[in-house]
Amino acid sequence: MLFAEQWMDWSWVADHDDLILRRLREHVELTAAAVAIGIVVATPLVLVSRRWRAAYSVVLTVTGVLYTIPSLALFALLLPWTGLTRTTALIALVGYTLLILVRNAVTGLAAVPAEVREAARGMGYTSRRSLIAVELPLALPAIIAGIRLAVVTTVGLLTVASLIGHGGLGHLILDGLNRRFPTPLVVGSVLSVTLAVIADVLLLQMQRRLAPWQGGR
Amino acid sequence: MELLGDVVAWFDDRANWRGSSGLVHLLGEHVSLSLWAMLIACAVALPIGLTLGHLRRGEVVAVNIANIGRAVPSFAVLVFALQVMSIGREPALVALVLLAIPLVLTNAYVGVAGVADDQREAARGMGMTGWQLLRRVELPSSIPLVMAGIRTAAVQVVATATLGALVGAGGLGLLILRGLRTRDHVEVFAAALVVALLALVAEVLLGVAQRLLTPRGIRGDAARGGDPAI
Repeated sequence: MLFAEQWMDWSWVADHDDLILRRLREHVELTAAAVAIGIVVATPLVLVSRRWRAAYSVVLTVTGVLYTIPSLALFALLLPWTGLTRTTALIALVGYTLLILVRNAVTGLAAVPAEVREAARGMGYTSRRSLIAVELPLALPAIIAGIRLAVVTTVGLLTVASLIGHGGLGHLILDGLNRRFPTPLVVGSVLSVTLAVIADVLLLQMQRRLAPWQGGR
Repeated sequence: MELLGDVVAWFDDRANWRGSSGLVHLLGEHVSLSLWAMLIACAVALPIGLTLGHLRRGEVVAVNIANIGRAVPSFAVLVFALQVMSIGREPALVALVLLAIPLVLTNAYVGVAGVADDQREAARGMGMTGWQLLRRVELPSSIPLVMAGIRTAAVQVVATATLGALVGAGGLGLLILRGLRTRDHVEVFAAALVVALLALVAEVLLGVAQRLLTPRGIRGDAARGGDPAI
Protein backbone atom coordinates (compact mmCIF):
# COMPACT_ATOMS: atom_id res chain seq x y z
CA MET A 1 0.00 0.00 0.00
CA LEU A 2 2.82 2.32 0.84
CA PHE A 3 4.20 1.85 -2.64
CA ALA A 4 0.85 2.66 -4.21
CA GLU A 5 0.47 5.79 -2.12
CA GLN A 6 3.85 6.98 -3.19
CA TRP A 7 2.90 6.77 -6.84
CA MET A 8 -0.73 7.72 -6.76
CA ASP A 9 -2.05 10.75 -4.96
CA TRP A 10 -5.77 10.30 -5.53
CA SER A 11 -6.59 13.71 -4.13
CA TRP A 12 -4.56 15.26 -6.95
CA VAL A 13 -6.65 13.27 -9.42
CA ALA A 14 -9.86 14.43 -7.79
CA ASP A 15 -8.71 18.05 -7.87
CA HIS A 16 -7.62 17.90 -11.48
CA ASP A 17 -10.34 15.85 -13.13
CA ASP A 18 -11.12 18.74 -15.50
CA LEU A 19 -7.53 18.98 -16.63
CA ILE A 20 -7.21 15.23 -17.07
CA LEU A 21 -10.38 15.04 -19.13
CA ARG A 22 -9.29 17.97 -21.27
CA ARG A 23 -5.94 16.36 -21.99
CA LEU A 24 -7.63 13.07 -22.76
CA ARG A 25 -10.01 14.75 -25.20
CA GLU A 26 -7.13 16.58 -26.84
CA HIS A 27 -5.30 13.28 -27.19
CA VAL A 28 -8.27 11.57 -28.82
CA GLU A 29 -8.90 14.53 -31.14
CA LEU A 30 -5.32 14.85 -32.30
CA THR A 31 -4.91 11.10 -32.83
CA ALA A 32 -8.18 10.88 -34.78
CA ALA A 33 -7.28 13.92 -36.87
CA ALA A 34 -3.77 12.65 -37.62
CA VAL A 35 -4.92 9.19 -38.68
CA ALA A 36 -7.88 10.58 -40.68
CA ILE A 37 -5.63 13.00 -42.57
CA GLY A 38 -3.10 10.18 -42.92
CA ILE A 39 -5.72 8.02 -44.63
CA VAL A 40 -6.70 10.87 -46.95
CA VAL A 41 -3.08 11.50 -47.94
CA ALA A 42 -2.27 7.80 -48.20
CA THR A 43 -5.15 6.98 -50.57
CA PRO A 44 -3.75 8.65 -53.72
CA LEU A 45 -0.29 7.30 -52.81
CA VAL A 46 -1.73 3.78 -52.69
CA LEU A 47 -3.55 4.21 -56.01
CA VAL A 48 -0.42 5.51 -57.71
CA SER A 49 1.73 2.78 -56.13
CA ARG A 50 -0.69 0.12 -57.28
CA ARG A 51 -0.43 1.20 -60.87
CA TRP A 52 3.29 1.94 -61.18
CA ARG A 53 5.95 -0.12 -59.44
CA ALA A 54 8.52 2.64 -59.77
CA ALA A 55 6.17 5.05 -58.03
CA TYR A 56 5.78 2.54 -55.19
CA SER A 57 9.49 2.40 -54.51
CA VAL A 58 9.66 6.21 -54.51
CA VAL A 59 6.69 6.40 -52.13
CA LEU A 60 8.22 3.72 -49.87
CA THR A 61 11.57 5.51 -49.76
CA VAL A 62 10.11 8.93 -48.98
CA THR A 63 7.66 7.69 -46.33
CA GLY A 64 10.41 5.43 -44.96
CA VAL A 65 12.73 8.40 -44.50
CA LEU A 66 9.91 10.34 -42.81
CA TYR A 67 9.28 7.38 -40.55
CA THR A 68 12.93 7.14 -39.53
CA ILE A 69 13.27 10.78 -38.43
CA PRO A 70 12.95 10.97 -34.63
CA SER A 71 9.72 12.66 -33.56
CA LEU A 72 11.34 15.45 -31.56
CA ALA A 73 13.57 16.24 -34.53
CA LEU A 74 10.65 16.25 -36.95
CA PHE A 75 8.69 18.64 -34.75
CA ALA A 76 11.79 20.82 -34.53
CA LEU A 77 12.34 20.79 -38.29
CA LEU A 78 8.79 22.05 -38.84
CA LEU A 79 9.01 24.86 -36.28
CA PRO A 80 10.35 27.57 -38.62
CA TRP A 81 7.27 27.15 -40.83
CA THR A 82 4.42 26.29 -38.53
CA GLY A 83 5.74 27.30 -35.10
CA LEU A 84 4.53 25.87 -31.82
CA THR A 85 1.09 25.07 -33.20
CA ARG A 86 -1.20 22.08 -33.46
CA THR A 87 -0.40 22.03 -37.15
CA THR A 88 3.23 21.17 -36.40
CA ALA A 89 2.20 18.23 -34.27
CA LEU A 90 -0.33 17.09 -36.86
CA ILE A 91 1.99 17.29 -39.86
CA ALA A 92 4.63 15.20 -38.09
CA LEU A 93 2.13 12.63 -36.84
CA VAL A 94 0.50 12.34 -40.27
CA GLY A 95 3.99 11.81 -41.70
CA TYR A 96 4.54 8.84 -39.40
CA THR A 97 1.25 7.16 -40.35
CA LEU A 98 1.96 7.24 -44.09
CA LEU A 99 4.53 4.42 -44.30
CA ILE A 100 2.35 2.05 -42.27
CA LEU A 101 -0.88 2.91 -44.07
CA VAL A 102 0.53 2.82 -47.61
CA ARG A 103 2.56 -0.35 -47.13
CA ASN A 104 -0.27 -2.31 -45.61
CA ALA A 105 -2.81 -1.20 -48.20
CA VAL A 106 -0.54 -1.88 -51.17
CA THR A 107 0.45 -5.29 -49.77
CA GLY A 108 -3.19 -6.12 -49.09
CA LEU A 109 -4.31 -5.12 -52.57
CA ALA A 110 -1.44 -6.98 -54.20
CA ALA A 111 -2.44 -10.14 -52.33
CA VAL A 112 -5.83 -10.26 -54.06
CA PRO A 113 -5.60 -13.37 -56.28
CA ALA A 114 -5.32 -12.66 -60.00
CA GLU A 115 -8.21 -15.06 -60.74
CA VAL A 116 -10.51 -12.98 -58.61
CA ARG A 117 -9.60 -9.85 -60.54
CA GLU A 118 -10.05 -11.69 -63.81
CA ALA A 119 -13.40 -13.02 -62.73
CA ALA A 120 -14.51 -9.48 -61.93
CA ARG A 121 -13.32 -8.30 -65.33
CA GLY A 122 -15.05 -11.26 -66.98
CA MET A 123 -18.29 -10.19 -65.36
CA GLY A 124 -17.85 -6.83 -67.07
CA TYR A 125 -16.56 -4.83 -64.11
CA THR A 126 -14.55 -1.75 -64.98
CA SER A 127 -11.22 -1.59 -63.20
CA ARG A 128 -12.53 1.09 -60.87
CA ARG A 129 -15.58 -0.97 -59.98
CA SER A 130 -13.44 -4.07 -59.50
CA LEU A 131 -11.22 -2.08 -57.14
CA ILE A 132 -14.11 -0.77 -55.08
CA ALA A 133 -16.43 -3.77 -55.08
CA VAL A 134 -14.00 -6.68 -55.19
CA GLU A 135 -10.39 -5.88 -54.36
CA LEU A 136 -10.96 -3.35 -51.59
CA PRO A 137 -13.18 -5.64 -49.50
CA LEU A 138 -10.67 -8.46 -49.88
CA ALA A 139 -7.79 -6.21 -48.83
CA LEU A 140 -9.77 -4.73 -45.95
CA PRO A 141 -8.18 -6.80 -43.16
CA ALA A 142 -4.69 -5.71 -44.24
CA ILE A 143 -5.81 -2.10 -44.60
CA ILE A 144 -7.43 -2.05 -41.18
CA ALA A 145 -4.40 -3.77 -39.67
CA GLY A 146 -2.41 -0.81 -41.00
CA ILE A 147 -4.87 1.66 -39.50
CA ARG A 148 -4.63 -0.13 -36.14
CA LEU A 149 -0.85 0.09 -36.17
CA ALA A 150 -1.03 3.74 -37.18
CA VAL A 151 -3.45 4.55 -34.35
CA VAL A 152 -1.42 2.76 -31.66
CA THR A 153 1.81 4.37 -32.88
CA THR A 154 0.21 7.83 -33.02
CA VAL A 155 -1.22 7.57 -29.52
CA GLY A 156 2.27 6.91 -28.18
CA LEU A 157 4.13 9.43 -30.33
CA LEU A 158 1.70 12.19 -29.55
CA THR A 159 2.93 12.29 -25.94
CA VAL A 160 6.25 13.65 -27.25
CA ALA A 161 4.42 16.57 -28.85
CA SER A 162 3.89 17.89 -25.33
CA LEU A 163 7.41 19.31 -25.71
CA ILE A 164 6.06 21.68 -28.36
CA GLY A 165 2.87 22.34 -26.41
CA HIS A 166 0.35 20.02 -28.10
CA GLY A 167 0.79 16.59 -26.63
CA GLY A 168 -2.52 15.71 -24.99
CA LEU A 169 -1.82 13.26 -22.19
CA GLY A 170 1.89 13.87 -22.75
CA HIS A 171 1.46 17.11 -20.80
CA LEU A 172 0.61 15.10 -17.71
CA ILE A 173 3.74 13.01 -18.23
CA LEU A 174 5.82 16.15 -18.75
CA ASP A 175 4.30 17.66 -15.63
CA GLY A 176 5.35 14.57 -13.70
CA LEU A 177 8.86 15.01 -15.08
CA ASN A 178 9.18 18.71 -14.34
CA ARG A 179 7.90 18.50 -10.79
CA ARG A 180 9.20 14.99 -10.10
CA PHE A 181 5.69 14.24 -8.94
CA PRO A 182 4.65 10.78 -10.12
CA THR A 183 0.86 11.02 -9.99
CA PRO A 184 0.27 12.91 -13.27
CA LEU A 185 2.90 10.69 -14.86
CA VAL A 186 1.03 7.54 -13.82
CA VAL A 187 -2.34 9.00 -14.87
CA GLY A 188 -1.02 10.17 -18.25
CA SER A 189 0.74 6.89 -19.02
CA VAL A 190 -2.09 4.61 -17.93
CA LEU A 191 -4.64 6.62 -19.90
CA SER A 192 -2.41 6.67 -22.96
CA VAL A 193 -1.92 2.90 -22.91
CA THR A 194 -5.62 2.34 -22.23
CA LEU A 195 -6.54 4.62 -25.12
CA ALA A 196 -4.26 2.69 -27.46
CA VAL A 197 -5.71 -0.65 -26.39
CA ILE A 198 -9.33 0.52 -26.64
CA ALA A 199 -8.79 2.02 -30.10
CA ASP A 200 -7.10 -1.18 -31.21
CA VAL A 201 -9.93 -3.39 -29.98
CA LEU A 202 -12.61 -1.13 -31.51
CA LEU A 203 -10.89 -1.19 -34.90
CA LEU A 204 -10.53 -4.96 -34.72
CA GLN A 205 -14.26 -5.25 -34.09
CA MET A 206 -14.97 -2.91 -36.97
CA GLN A 207 -12.85 -5.13 -39.19
CA ARG A 208 -14.75 -8.22 -38.09
CA ARG A 209 -18.02 -6.52 -38.88
CA LEU A 210 -16.88 -5.18 -42.26
CA ALA A 211 -15.20 -8.39 -43.35
CA PRO A 212 -16.97 -11.13 -41.43
CA TRP A 213 -15.79 -13.83 -43.84
CA GLN A 214 -12.18 -13.27 -42.79
CA GLY A 215 -12.48 -14.01 -39.10
CA GLY A 216 -9.80 -11.45 -38.34
CA ARG A 217 -6.87 -12.08 -36.08
CA MET B 1 15.13 31.11 -46.88
CA GLU B 2 16.91 33.30 -44.40
CA LEU B 3 16.79 30.42 -41.94
CA LEU B 4 18.85 28.09 -44.09
CA GLY B 5 21.60 30.70 -44.30
CA ASP B 6 21.58 31.01 -40.53
CA VAL B 7 21.71 27.24 -40.18
CA VAL B 8 24.69 27.03 -42.52
CA ALA B 9 26.37 29.77 -40.49
CA TRP B 10 25.58 27.80 -37.31
CA PHE B 11 27.35 24.74 -38.67
CA ASP B 12 30.19 26.94 -39.86
CA ASP B 13 30.77 28.30 -36.37
CA ARG B 14 33.42 26.17 -34.74
CA ALA B 15 32.18 27.07 -31.28
CA ASN B 16 29.09 24.98 -31.94
CA TRP B 17 31.23 21.89 -32.48
CA ARG B 18 33.45 22.10 -29.42
CA GLY B 19 33.02 21.90 -25.70
CA SER B 20 30.69 19.95 -23.45
CA SER B 21 27.60 21.11 -25.32
CA GLY B 22 29.25 21.01 -28.72
CA LEU B 23 28.13 18.76 -31.54
CA VAL B 24 31.10 16.39 -31.32
CA HIS B 25 30.68 15.68 -27.62
CA LEU B 26 26.88 15.37 -27.80
CA LEU B 27 27.05 13.13 -30.86
CA GLY B 28 29.45 10.90 -28.95
CA GLU B 29 27.11 10.75 -25.98
CA HIS B 30 24.15 10.01 -28.24
CA VAL B 31 25.91 7.20 -30.08
CA SER B 32 27.45 5.64 -26.98
CA LEU B 33 24.11 5.71 -25.12
CA SER B 34 22.39 4.07 -28.10
CA LEU B 35 25.13 1.48 -28.54
CA TRP B 36 25.14 0.44 -24.89
CA ALA B 37 21.37 0.21 -24.86
CA MET B 38 21.41 -2.03 -27.94
CA LEU B 39 24.22 -4.19 -26.55
CA ILE B 40 22.40 -4.79 -23.27
CA ALA B 41 19.06 -5.32 -25.01
CA CYS B 42 20.57 -7.86 -27.41
CA ALA B 43 22.40 -9.63 -24.59
CA VAL B 44 19.08 -10.05 -22.79
CA ALA B 45 16.62 -10.53 -25.64
CA LEU B 46 18.54 -12.64 -28.14
CA PRO B 47 19.22 -15.67 -25.87
CA ILE B 48 15.62 -15.65 -24.64
CA GLY B 49 14.07 -15.14 -28.07
CA LEU B 50 16.29 -17.69 -29.80
CA THR B 51 15.81 -20.31 -27.07
CA LEU B 52 12.05 -19.89 -26.95
CA GLY B 53 11.94 -20.03 -30.74
CA HIS B 54 14.09 -23.16 -30.79
CA LEU B 55 11.88 -24.85 -28.20
CA ARG B 56 8.78 -23.29 -29.78
CA ARG B 57 7.53 -22.38 -26.35
CA GLY B 58 5.98 -19.25 -24.96
CA GLU B 59 4.59 -18.05 -28.27
CA VAL B 60 1.87 -15.89 -26.74
CA VAL B 61 4.34 -13.90 -24.65
CA ALA B 62 7.10 -13.74 -27.24
CA VAL B 63 4.82 -12.54 -30.03
CA ASN B 64 2.72 -10.11 -28.04
CA ILE B 65 5.47 -8.45 -26.05
CA ALA B 66 6.30 -6.23 -29.04
CA ASN B 67 2.65 -5.19 -29.39
CA ILE B 68 2.47 -4.33 -25.74
CA GLY B 69 5.73 -2.44 -26.01
CA ARG B 70 4.35 -0.38 -28.85
CA ALA B 71 1.36 0.78 -26.85
CA VAL B 72 3.54 2.08 -24.02
CA PRO B 73 4.96 5.50 -24.94
CA SER B 74 8.75 5.45 -24.59
CA PHE B 75 8.52 9.01 -23.35
CA ALA B 76 6.52 7.72 -20.37
CA VAL B 77 8.99 4.89 -19.73
CA LEU B 78 11.79 7.43 -19.68
CA VAL B 79 10.06 9.61 -17.11
CA PHE B 80 9.16 6.53 -15.05
CA ALA B 81 12.80 5.52 -14.99
CA LEU B 82 13.69 8.95 -13.68
CA GLN B 83 11.28 8.50 -10.78
CA VAL B 84 13.24 5.53 -9.48
CA MET B 85 16.74 6.63 -10.49
CA SER B 86 18.76 9.78 -10.17
CA ILE B 87 19.27 12.21 -13.04
CA GLY B 88 21.86 11.12 -15.56
CA ARG B 89 22.61 8.33 -18.01
CA GLU B 90 21.03 5.44 -16.09
CA PRO B 91 17.33 6.29 -16.46
CA ALA B 92 17.81 6.86 -20.19
CA LEU B 93 19.76 3.64 -20.56
CA VAL B 94 17.09 1.64 -18.73
CA ALA B 95 14.29 3.18 -20.80
CA LEU B 96 16.11 2.52 -24.07
CA VAL B 97 16.87 -1.08 -23.11
CA LEU B 98 13.21 -1.62 -22.21
CA LEU B 99 12.23 -0.09 -25.54
CA ALA B 100 14.56 -2.34 -27.54
CA ILE B 101 14.04 -5.70 -25.80
CA PRO B 102 10.52 -6.47 -27.08
CA LEU B 103 11.40 -5.70 -30.70
CA VAL B 104 14.55 -7.83 -30.64
CA LEU B 105 12.94 -10.66 -28.70
CA THR B 106 9.80 -10.97 -30.82
CA ASN B 107 11.71 -10.98 -34.08
CA ALA B 108 14.25 -13.51 -32.80
CA TYR B 109 11.41 -15.76 -31.69
CA VAL B 110 9.43 -15.42 -34.91
CA GLY B 111 12.56 -15.92 -36.99
CA VAL B 112 13.62 -19.16 -35.33
CA ALA B 113 10.16 -20.60 -34.71
CA GLY B 114 9.30 -19.90 -38.34
CA VAL B 115 11.98 -22.22 -39.73
CA ALA B 116 10.21 -24.87 -41.81
CA ASP B 117 9.49 -28.22 -40.17
CA ASP B 118 11.05 -30.25 -43.00
CA GLN B 119 14.25 -28.22 -42.66
CA ARG B 120 14.42 -29.08 -38.96
CA GLU B 121 13.55 -32.70 -39.55
CA ALA B 122 16.21 -33.01 -42.22
CA ALA B 123 18.78 -31.64 -39.77
CA ARG B 124 17.60 -34.03 -37.07
CA GLY B 125 17.75 -36.87 -39.56
CA MET B 126 21.37 -35.97 -40.24
CA GLY B 127 21.98 -36.57 -36.55
CA MET B 128 22.31 -32.98 -35.41
CA THR B 129 21.90 -32.24 -31.73
CA GLY B 130 19.58 -29.46 -30.58
CA TRP B 131 22.46 -27.03 -30.28
CA GLN B 132 23.80 -27.88 -33.75
CA LEU B 133 20.31 -27.49 -35.17
CA LEU B 134 20.05 -24.01 -33.68
CA ARG B 135 23.54 -22.94 -34.71
CA ARG B 136 23.74 -24.38 -38.19
CA VAL B 137 20.16 -24.38 -39.42
CA GLU B 138 17.78 -22.21 -37.45
CA LEU B 139 20.11 -19.30 -36.83
CA PRO B 140 21.28 -18.82 -40.43
CA SER B 141 17.75 -19.08 -41.82
CA SER B 142 16.36 -16.66 -39.31
CA ILE B 143 19.02 -13.98 -39.70
CA PRO B 144 16.93 -11.69 -41.93
CA LEU B 145 14.19 -11.50 -39.29
CA VAL B 146 16.54 -11.36 -36.31
CA MET B 147 18.49 -8.53 -37.95
CA ALA B 148 15.28 -6.75 -38.94
CA GLY B 149 14.33 -6.71 -35.27
CA ILE B 150 17.72 -5.36 -34.23
CA ARG B 151 17.55 -2.73 -36.95
CA THR B 152 14.07 -1.54 -36.06
CA ALA B 153 15.04 -1.44 -32.39
CA ALA B 154 18.29 0.43 -33.09
CA VAL B 155 16.58 3.11 -35.15
CA GLN B 156 13.98 3.61 -32.43
CA VAL B 157 16.68 3.69 -29.77
CA VAL B 158 18.61 6.38 -31.65
CA ALA B 159 15.36 8.33 -32.02
CA THR B 160 14.35 8.00 -28.40
CA ALA B 161 17.87 8.77 -27.15
CA THR B 162 17.01 12.28 -28.33
CA LEU B 163 14.64 12.47 -25.38
CA GLY B 164 17.44 11.33 -23.07
CA ALA B 165 18.43 14.96 -22.55
CA LEU B 166 15.17 15.39 -20.61
CA VAL B 167 16.53 13.16 -17.85
CA GLY B 168 20.08 14.48 -17.94
CA ALA B 169 21.61 11.88 -20.24
CA GLY B 170 22.91 14.47 -22.69
CA GLY B 171 22.99 13.60 -26.36
CA LEU B 172 21.87 15.65 -29.32
CA GLY B 173 18.41 16.22 -27.86
CA LEU B 174 20.09 18.64 -25.48
CA LEU B 175 20.51 21.21 -28.24
CA ILE B 176 16.91 20.81 -29.42
CA LEU B 177 15.51 21.17 -25.90
CA ARG B 178 17.80 24.08 -25.10
CA GLY B 179 16.89 25.78 -28.36
CA LEU B 180 13.18 25.26 -27.69
CA ARG B 181 13.57 26.85 -24.29
CA THR B 182 15.53 29.84 -25.53
CA ARG B 183 13.48 30.13 -28.75
CA ASP B 184 16.64 29.70 -30.77
CA HIS B 185 15.08 28.35 -33.97
CA VAL B 186 18.42 28.09 -35.71
CA GLU B 187 19.97 25.85 -33.05
CA VAL B 188 16.82 23.71 -32.88
CA PHE B 189 16.77 23.28 -36.63
CA ALA B 190 20.48 22.51 -36.94
CA ALA B 191 20.40 19.95 -34.12
CA ALA B 192 17.26 18.35 -35.53
CA LEU B 193 19.01 17.97 -38.87
CA VAL B 194 21.90 16.15 -37.22
CA VAL B 195 19.54 13.87 -35.27
CA ALA B 196 17.54 13.06 -38.40
CA LEU B 197 20.73 12.29 -40.32
CA LEU B 198 22.03 10.09 -37.51
CA ALA B 199 18.81 8.04 -37.52
CA LEU B 200 18.96 7.66 -41.30
CA VAL B 201 22.62 6.62 -41.16
CA ALA B 202 21.80 4.02 -38.48
CA GLU B 203 18.97 2.69 -40.64
CA VAL B 204 21.11 2.45 -43.76
CA LEU B 205 24.16 0.93 -42.01
CA LEU B 206 22.09 -1.73 -40.30
CA GLY B 207 20.30 -2.43 -43.56
CA VAL B 208 23.68 -3.12 -45.16
CA ALA B 209 24.73 -5.26 -42.18
CA GLN B 210 21.50 -7.21 -42.47
CA ARG B 211 22.14 -7.90 -46.14
CA LEU B 212 25.78 -8.89 -45.59
CA LEU B 213 24.96 -11.24 -42.70
CA THR B 214 22.18 -12.99 -44.57
CA PRO B 215 23.46 -16.29 -45.99
CA ARG B 216 23.71 -16.12 -49.77
CA GLY B 217 21.19 -18.89 -50.31
CA ILE B 218 18.30 -16.93 -48.85
CA ARG B 219 19.27 -13.44 -49.95
CA GLY B 220 16.86 -11.42 -51.99
CA ASP B 221 13.49 -12.41 -50.65
CA ALA B 222 13.21 -11.79 -46.96
CA ALA B 223 16.30 -9.61 -46.68
CA ARG B 224 14.67 -6.72 -48.49
CA GLY B 225 11.36 -6.63 -46.68
CA GLY B 226 12.70 -5.51 -43.32
CA ASP B 227 10.83 -4.72 -40.17
CA PRO B 228 7.82 -6.99 -39.76
CA ALA B 229 7.58 -5.65 -36.23
CA ILE B 230 6.35 -2.28 -37.44
